[in-house]
Formats: sequence, C-alpha cells, structure tokens
Amino acid sequence: MTAEEWTAVRLSLLVAVTATAASLPFGIAVAWLLARGRFWGKSLVDTLVHLPLILPPVVTGYLLLILLGKRGPIGEFLNDAFGIVFAFRWTGAALACAVMGFPLMVRAIRLSIEAIDTRLESAAGTLGAHPLFVFATITLPLSLPGVIAGAILCFAKSMGEFGATITFVSNIPGETQTLPSAIYTLTQVPGGDSGALRLTAISVVISMTALLGSELLARSIGARRVAT
Amino acid sequence: MSLDVDIEHSHGAFHLSARFVSEPGVTALFGRSGSGKTTLVNIVGGLIRPDRGRVTVDGQVLVDTERRLFVPKHRRRIGYVFQDSRLFPHLSVRQNLLYGRWFTRGNGGEVADFDAVVELLGISALLDRRPESLSGGEKQRVALGRALLAHPRLLLMDEPLASLDEARRAEILPYIERLRDKAGVPILYVSHSVAEVARLATTVVILADGKVTAVGSVLDILPLADASDAGSVLDAVVARHDESFQLTTLASAAGELQVPRLSAPHGTSVRAYIRARDVMLSLQPPQEISALNVLAGKVAQITPSGAQADVRLDCNGAVLTARLTAKSVQRLALAPGRPVYAVIKSVSFERS
Repeated sequence: MTAEEWTAVRLSLLVAVTATAASLPFGIAVAWLLARGRFWGKSLVDTLVHLPLILPPVVTGYLLLILLGKRGPIGEFLNDAFGIVFAFRWTGAALACAVMGFPLMVRAIRLSIEAIDTRLESAAGTLGAHPLFVFATITLPLSLPGVIAGAILCFAKSMGEFGATITFVSNIPGETQTLPSAIYTLTQVPGGDSGALRLTAISVVISMTALLGSELLARSIGARRVAT
Repeated sequence: MSLDVDIEHSHGAFHLSARFVSEPGVTALFGRSGSGKTTLVNIVGGLIRPDRGRVTVDGQVLVDTERRLFVPKHRRRIGYVFQDSRLFPHLSVRQNLLYGRWFTRGNGGEVADFDAVVELLGISALLDRRPESLSGGEKQRVALGRALLAHPRLLLMDEPLASLDEARRAEILPYIERLRDKAGVPILYVSHSVAEVARLATTVVILADGKVTAVGSVLDILPLADASDAGSVLDAVVARHDESFQLTTLASAAGELQVPRLSAPHGTSVRAYIRARDVMLSLQPPQEISALNVLAGKVAQITPSGAQADVRLDCNGAVLTARLTAKSVQRLALAPGRPVYAVIKSVSFERS
C-alpha cells in the first residue's frame, strides 16, 4: 500500500470520527426537540434536518460552498471573527460528512427517545429531579441504544460520503482526499485498479467493524439491563 | 399538614370542579373510574396545570391561576406512587430507592433513613435486583420506598393496588398501614375500592362525574358511597374469644358482633366492614335463624335506586346500611323512624 493510500485511510477515519463526535450533541438535542418538543415551526425543522437525505449530495455540497466558502456569508464571518476556515480543509470535509450523516443520526436517536415512556420522566420529576437531571439520568441512558445506532450510521455515512465532500472541499491529497475520493481518483488513472481494490477492501473492513462494534455495544447494554 | 384544593379543569368533554380541605392522616379520594380522581391527584402533584383555581399545602401556594403561579413538580416535594410502579428499568432497586436523595438536601427536614424505610417495606433482599425481575407486589413496595425516601411532605397514591391480584393486595396493604402509622407522612389515596378505603382512610372525599359530592370522616361518609360494594364501617373492640366454637366477640356501639376467631388479644381495636348486600332487615326479632349477628336499630333514611334501595339504619349511633329490593321496602312498610332488626350475614374486618 502506498503512502498516499495510507494518508487517505487515516484522513477518512479522522474526518468520520470528527464528524460523528462533533454532531452527536446537536443530534441528541435536535432529536429530543423533534421527539418531545411542541413548538411552532417543528415541521420546518424536521424538513431542514432531512433535506440532505433527499437532495442530491452535490447540491448539498454546492450549498455548503456558497454559504461557507471563503466569500460565502457565513464563511466570511467565521473567518473574520474566529479565524475558522472550512473551505478546502479537512475540517470542511468533516462538516460536509456531518451534514450528510445528520438526518440518519437524528432519526435513530429520535425513534429511541420516542419509545421511552414519558411517565418515567414525570415520575423522576415527582422525586425532585430538575428536567435537565431527568434528561441526563433517565432519558439519555434509556435511549443509549438509539444514540449508538445513530452515531454508527453517521460514521458509516461519513466514511462513504463523496458527492458533497468533493463539491465543497474538492479532492486534495493529504487534506481533503478521503477514501471514496481516493478510490475515484485511482479509477481515473491507468494502472490504478490494484490501489482502488486495496482501498475498497479496507473500506469494507472498516464499515463491517463499525457495524459489528455497534452490535456488541448494543448487546452489552441490553445484557446489563436484563442482568439481575 | 393541610391540603387545600379548589380547582376547575376541563379535558375534552370532561369537566372537573373540586374543592376540599384534607386533614392529616390518610385522605381517600373515592369514586368510580372516570370520576376525575387521577386528574385531581395529577393536579396536586403538578403533572397537570389546572384551568383555574388554587392548590395549597401547609400554607404554601403551589398553584394559583389568578396570580399566574405554578410550582413545577420537582419543586413541590410531593411524592407520587403510581398505579404502574414506574420504576426506572435501567437502575437497580437500590438506585431506584436512592434516586430522590440528590434533591432532599437543604430542605430543612430530616433525611429519611434508608435502612429504616427498607426495613419498613421488607425489601432488603431486593436491593441489588433489577425492576423487571420483581413481582408486581414487590415493585409497588419499592415504588413506595422510592417516593418515601425523597422525603415528601405529602404522598399521593393513585390506586397503588389496582394492578395487583387479591393475594398481592393483601401483601401490600399492611405496608401502607405501617407507612401511615409509622412514617407520619400524610397520604392522599385514590381508590375505587370501599374495602381499601375503609381500612386505610381517616377522611374520605367522594368524587362523582368530576364533582366532590361528600367530604368527611370515613365512618360518616362511606355509607353514602355510591358503589356496588357499598357498606358500612363499625369501630369495634375485641371483647372475648370463644375457644370451643372458634369465635371472637366484638363490642361496638351498635352491639356485639360474633366473628370467626381473630388472633388479636382482648382490647384490640378493629374496624369491621359490613357490605350493604350482606344485611337483611326484619321487623320482629328473628328467632331460630342461623345468622349469629342481629343488631337492633331504627331506619334513618331510604335511598331508592331502581329496583333496589339502600336503607340506612341508626343502631345506637352507629350507621349500618342494608341493600334491599324496592319490593321488600314496600312489603315491610319501611320508613324513617321505624324500628327494625338487622341480620348480618358476614363481616369482614381489619385491625385499625
């Protein structure tokens, strides 16, 4: 395996882990709002969250470029105010992946929060627990299987994200060239087949490991709960 | 402790309008299902915000819609034992019991002693188990302990025995009695069972179709209860035992009652519960009859309902209710003031 291929693998893992970890708190918050909140414009929020799922990824990437590019309204502000730049950086790739994985993550977490009996939460309230404490000690632990499933889905989506990433941050080796971009590049050059196959194999192994890991985690949580 | 409720609340077509003041001890909210008992308790506990009115506990206003005041449930210090125990499934019994401990500090009261509560409810063997491995009766005992350990100033119980079978009920009732007698926490107890109310309550609030129809002491109010197992409560004392026939004689204001041998010693106070349909009336002192218990009294009031009528008797100050057919009432020409003899077919009783 070439150094360039290794770089792509490492970068992909970094991007996927960052995208998942950074979006998880927001994912839980939005899932909770959609599951339990009663507010004006809820269906609008729901639609916005799901938009990346139904839009062509290239369109999502292009919208990110317009908004968060160096001259985009948000991108320019972030650069001026905090020195944060997303365009053509690995952080931009992570952002694109997070946006694409967000609907999957929110869906899984929302379903598991909706499955929790709200009467348990009101019981905790009558014992003196503040709503935030109830969330941390009752809602979150009980929705943990959904949170794990959501995180794994987001991670897997990030590992495979191509369209939005390449449109937003391009395909720069060592900076924004993730596994799918690297495989795509290799298939475009003569003699790149063996490299593409190696990366494909790695991609399969990583995805399967993630899935297996989540299964084991979910099972151990289930076992802990049944244990007497 | 005093609880002062005066609220109105509408939910769909159902309208609840309730006003009562409760005394220390156990106050029973009694009524048929759908009479608004649970809604009322949820309003006291802060789970429902009433449309209009006030709720006050010990002078502290919890709800006052006029002043736009609403104390959220986690700041009320009102414990709640639900019909479905609602134990936290991801926590052990011990963790469930200790859940409220984080919030009891700094409220001035003594922290309820964990060991004492575990002992009181007989749950020490369950502490490391998970809720789903407990029986229904065990779950309710843990739920009682969990509510108690949050150190509430008032305990709400919404039909805590309704989801249990007869044997489990008999298992839990003594624990609730011990709670009432030893823990000293006032209890608002929702039930549609006359037997439970007779056994536990000091004060009874009767709800019908969202309205309070009667409030008062259990001895005065229960005979008025409109229920299929309506009956009357007699306070009595164990007078003597008859070993040869295995009988116990109870002395009450209405007269002596003979019941199957009780294990209680002489002088023990017991509360006898006599169902209205277990009472027959006779104009003459009945002779050569198998029933052991015959009490003399006067007809106080007759409440007809369809083909039946509930006849309230005044037996030397004690109230006894008999459920007769309308035909019998006419045949015996029963009317207030008429002396009669009540033949009691069976007595159920609880120690009080």
